Amino acid sequence: MTTFFEPQFKPATCAVEPIQILQTDGSLVDGARPGLSHEQTLEGLRYMKIGRAMDERCWSMQRQGKLGTFAPIVGQEAAIMGSAMALDPARDWLVPQYRELPAQLRHGHPGERIVIYRQGHPAGGVIPDGVKVLPFQVSLAAQLPHAVGLAWGMKLQEQPGVAIVYFGDGASSEGDFHESCNLAGAVGAPVIFFLQNNQWAISTPRATQSATVDLASRAPGYGFPGVSVDGNDLLAVYQVTADAVARGLAGEGPTLIEAHTYRLWAHTTADDPTRYVDPAEKAQWEARDPIDRIERYLENEGVWTPETAKKTNQDVEEYVEDIFAKAAAFPPPEPDEIYSHIYHGPTPALARQRRWHLAD
Amino acid sequence: MAEMTMIEAIGSALRLEMERDDRVILLGEDIGQLGGVFRATDGLRQYFGPNRVIDTPLAESVIIGSAMGLALSGLVPVPEIQFLGFTQNAFHQICQQLARVRFRSHGTQSAQITIRTPFGGNVRTPEFHSDSMEAQFAHTTGIKIVMPSSAKDAKGLLLESIRDPDPVIFFEPLRGYRLVSDEVPEGDYTIPFGKLRTIREGDDVTLVTWSASVPVVEDAAQRLAEQGISCHVVDLRTLVPLDEEGLVSAVERTGRCVVVHEAPATAGFGAEVISLLQEQAFYSLEAPVKRVAAPDGPYPQPGVEQFFVPNSELVMRAVKETLEDR
Repeated sequence: MTTFFEPQFKPATCAVEPIQILQTDGSLVDGARPGLSHEQTLEGLRYMKIGRAMDERCWSMQRQGKLGTFAPIVGQEAAIMGSAMALDPARDWLVPQYRELPAQLRHGHPGERIVIYRQGHPAGGVIPDGVKVLPFQVSLAAQLPHAVGLAWGMKLQEQPGVAIVYFGDGASSEGDFHESCNLAGAVGAPVIFFLQNNQWAISTPRATQSATVDLASRAPGYGFPGVSVDGNDLLAVYQVTADAVARGLAGEGPTLIEAHTYRLWAHTTADDPTRYVDPAEKAQWEARDPIDRIERYLENEGVWTPETAKKTNQDVEEYVEDIFAKAAAFPPPEPDEIYSHIYHGPTPALARQRRWHLAD
Repeated sequence: MAEMTMIEAIGSALRLEMERDDRVILLGEDIGQLGGVFRATDGLRQYFGPNRVIDTPLAESVIIGSAMGLALSGLVPVPEIQFLGFTQNAFHQICQQLARVRFRSHGTQSAQITIRTPFGGNVRTPEFHSDSMEAQFAHTTGIKIVMPSSAKDAKGLLLESIRDPDPVIFFEPLRGYRLVSDEVPEGDYTIPFGKLRTIREGDDVTLVTWSASVPVVEDAAQRLAEQGISCHVVDLRTLVPLDEEGLVSAVERTGRCVVVHEAPATAGFGAEVISLLQEQAFYSLEAPVKRVAAPDGPYPQPGVEQFFVPNSELVMRAVKETLEDR
């Protein structure tokens, strides 16, 4: 259809190539230089493996009725840890959705609290003093405004630091995503919007979620840059996030990072992806497993030897074992919990209700 | 002491608290340069600067959500939602999020935030600008509901609200902004939550009300007094926490009660008040407790709002019907 005007802003006719440093086979892209040392890369790999081991253990426990519903991260370990490695846990805020476990662990969130949270214990909500994370967010995208406020607050108080907020392709359709991006741009908040595009919102594929070719391309509409990155490439995710952190610290405002990855397991333990996932598509992404890719890279670098592998796997096992041992030490919750921590001190109504109910 | 209108009292509280506590910041639509569409924040941006009195984009959900983040970063935000009706555009951030910060974190995190917002009828506004919604928020546990009716209460309760560690919604009656005026201490003082105010002492019937309905009830009580009927009038001031003891003893005093509020009747906060009286003051009652409230309809167009908002005549009629019930 011809129009009176020629639109200056048109949808992209082809997607941008996501930034990549490591190819699927673990070899470096021509001319690419990793921003992480071997030691740091091993550290990232260790946490990626911790994430996967936690999922395997938790899934098994859930199937035995020893743990409740949770969202596994399998397939997304590089997106999660690559971004986390760019943060300073003492300085930066980490605002999760619910699919970022190893990043939270690295940031100081006690693993045993997360386990008992998954077991339905109210004390699982505890965030220790000084740990700069927010609790899991069940209401998708509701955490984005909180992250903007945290970043904005640091800026207003002239405190160095950034806030990173994680969410998915599904959550990016929520109103809070758009309001948050707009406010963050308007006030120059040092916030990193980290979008894990794992291609699914439960059973809703990415293409149904939005007509935009790239989710990252929304950012200029809010006045700041968007970055598209291979979410299964630990080194590339680290690099773009570190650059976004530097921008935030330099007073240059927000960044939107879209990490292209894939949810290899179910949405949660309550989901059955065999009802909607094409096995051929899944197999393609299994071949791009982020953990395999980093191991191959480190092999090529001569760093991932059988000894290193053995030691790392042992470390991971001990780390996970320690978390579950600590979790098992928590006593079961008391009825009193339902009257606790609602207000700073109970209202007369709550006190009256508790007296009648618990009669002590 | 000085004679202040409610709007002046609110401004006095904000200025005092911002001087006293560097962490307090104001944010909202049109509050800075303009000083607020009702001038509640008049002069504050000029005095405290644009980093403490912030004009935000037009987006209620992120105004409230970012206020939560600002609070978690160590500030004490006092966001304004331009009219109570538009808190519904931020409903999930208020009810799902703010109200639950403490509970979700098992007491380790909290959000010290006061949402200021005007409401109330007979001011000829477009849709949503007059709606009373306190019951919707009273039913959302984790939030405190503060509803002053006098200028003195507005300042003292606002200072208490800003200092309270929990999220507070501070409801400002639109008609009262300039029409309510009384003696207000010029210095620092607070009024505790959960303590009702006795406006008038009486022995025949107890009138229980709050906020925008207070002037209507005061007028009815005065006219009833001229007809020989003695009303005991109490203003609840805070719905959450509620002064249950004060409410019960105010009704036990007379044995008859009429509850008055501007919000629609069904599931309005009057229902909670009457349920409590039924549980705790039953044997002192000489007659059923009556309720005067708006009908169960949306707040209507200005052309008919005078029929919608409870007026003195309706209150007087309810009182007489209660007294005839022997």
